[in-house]
Amino acid sequence: MTAPNHRWRQFKNGLMQSIACGCAILVVTPLLLIYFHLIRYGLSSLNWAFFTQLPKAVGEPGGGMANAMVGSLILLAQAVVIGVPVGVLGGIYLSEYGGTQFNWWVRFIADIINGVPSITWGIVVYGLLVVPMHGFSALAGGVVLGFMMIPLVMRTTEEVLQLVPGGYREAALALGISRWRTIVQIVVRTALKGIVTGVLVALARIAGETAPLLFTAFGNLGWAHSLKEPIDSIPVLIFNYAISPYPDWHRQAWAGALVLLLFILIINISVRFVTRDRLRKQP
Amino acid sequence: MSEMAVTQNDLRVAPAARAPGDEVFKWLTLVMALSIFALIILIGWELFEGSKVALHRFGWHFLVTKDWDPVNEKFGALVFIYGTLVTSAIALLIAVPISIATAVYLTELAPLWLRQPLVIFIELLAAVPSVILGVWGIFVMIPFLRDHVFPLLQKWFGFLPLFQGPIYGVSMLAGGIIVSIMCIPIITSVSREILRSVPGLQREAAYALGATRWEVTRIAVLSYAKKGLYGAVILGLGRALGETMAVTMVIGNTPQIVASLFAPGYTLASVIANEFTEATGRVYLSALFELGLVLLGVTVLVNIGAQLLLKTFAGPTVKPQH
Repeated sequence: MTAPNHRWRQFKNGLMQSIACGCAILVVTPLLLIYFHLIRYGLSSLNWAFFTQLPKAVGEPGGGMANAMVGSLILLAQAVVIGVPVGVLGGIYLSEYGGTQFNWWVRFIADIINGVPSITWGIVVYGLLVVPMHGFSALAGGVVLGFMMIPLVMRTTEEVLQLVPGGYREAALALGISRWRTIVQIVVRTALKGIVTGVLVALARIAGETAPLLFTAFGNLGWAHSLKEPIDSIPVLIFNYAISPYPDWHRQAWAGALVLLLFILIINISVRFVTRDRLRKQP
Repeated sequence: MSEMAVTQNDLRVAPAARAPGDEVFKWLTLVMALSIFALIILIGWELFEGSKVALHRFGWHFLVTKDWDPVNEKFGALVFIYGTLVTSAIALLIAVPISIATAVYLTELAPLWLRQPLVIFIELLAAVPSVILGVWGIFVMIPFLRDHVFPLLQKWFGFLPLFQGPIYGVSMLAGGIIVSIMCIPIITSVSREILRSVPGLQREAAYALGATRWEVTRIAVLSYAKKGLYGAVILGLGRALGETMAVTMVIGNTPQIVASLFAPGYTLASVIANEFTEATGRVYLSALFELGLVLLGVTVLVNIGAQLLLKTFAGPTVKPQH
């Protein structure tokens, strides 16, 4: 017995399935196009000078992004110095000490902060550091990235610490080891891979941040000699080059974008290798 | 937590309880956890402080004033609010159906071997920084839209005021499209988590009634997960409203309110990005701070809504991704 509308239902079924499949293809297309064009336009401008030289003045061909690469690394290093201790220790409190209600609020606020547009972070640190220090500085850029890292690291740290079996803690406490050493030497060590993964993911996310650096680290076509000076970074340089009217700078922007994306891709891939671990939740 | 309390009590008599590090460590970690509250207060406080001059001078009229005239120090946010709303609306119109359909494909339809690679692709798309998408937008997407897509849209839908007027390439429509590309990965991955949390029994029950695969998806999965999917969409909206670099690079940065989507526009985030370092004068800078305050207020409200929807739907298992 076949219902009278059986054919129509089958047709609709097939149609909706094809639409869903089509949408999945549509989602992947921009990714492939971006990688394709980055390689096509960016690869030809990558050479030794690109990694070792300073930007040249308009009209002079050649030059590179050495200062921006070093600048980006300095900014990221500052962000790690600020974001990792605060984030990891805060995550430890949430996992090991915090009560249900306190944790709910911290998680809630952390998720809200994660959703704050990065450009507003730039304004905040402008008011906090750039105005009192009378100028843009590498320090302000590092602080803004560090602040953005805190909620990211705290959330992932809490999550991986909770995956550590309670028996580990009890066993250590039963041996007479104090609570804090139990946490540091047993719990954190067991979950270390997960914590490192969380830090790397956060790093990959802030490595491409541009908007908050525009009016904190600002940019600098030469070397910055101290943290009190403005400093260049790859994302900001890409932006400035891309909106300029000079074809030579456009080529540099493509090359910079390729380098930045490869950097982020490498972090993401290495995270994938690290996470093939028993302590991660299976997807 | 109750068994932890017992352990603590026992430790008081144990020798290890004398370890002086315990209290110090607990307080240290507590202070670090509290930093989250400090951060949110800092954000609100700095923006409010910076906007004081503008708040005092323009009051509520700021939100409904169209002028943006730095020379005569007349400032209003309306043009930028309009641009932000239009680009976000376009972005969601494109991103929501595509993302949810993709999430359905990933959880219900795709062959198993294909699911993991597709998820990785979507994560990689989410990892593309806004500024790189902007570079691609300026040099690849805009010329393509200008030469091929926009003329076609004008030919077919030119009777609508939305698709009239000259075509420059840089436009609110281009801004909306680029924002949609940024929203798709988040909406997709959060929707996927939600659909995965729909119990298998739901599906089996529908199959047992003789439903086709699509009917199972519609009746048993999508309607069950409705609330969570709203949460995913609103989370995407929050992202769309605050998107800065990619939009700034393709929207044309012209403060105006016109019906045509082919016309350039300006968003809250992009005007801040463009004019902040050039702002001369207290009032100008303060007006930009106030734009930031408006943007913050809207995105925080939207995010609170999204988090509450997601949390009531699935408890702590669904983790919003950014």
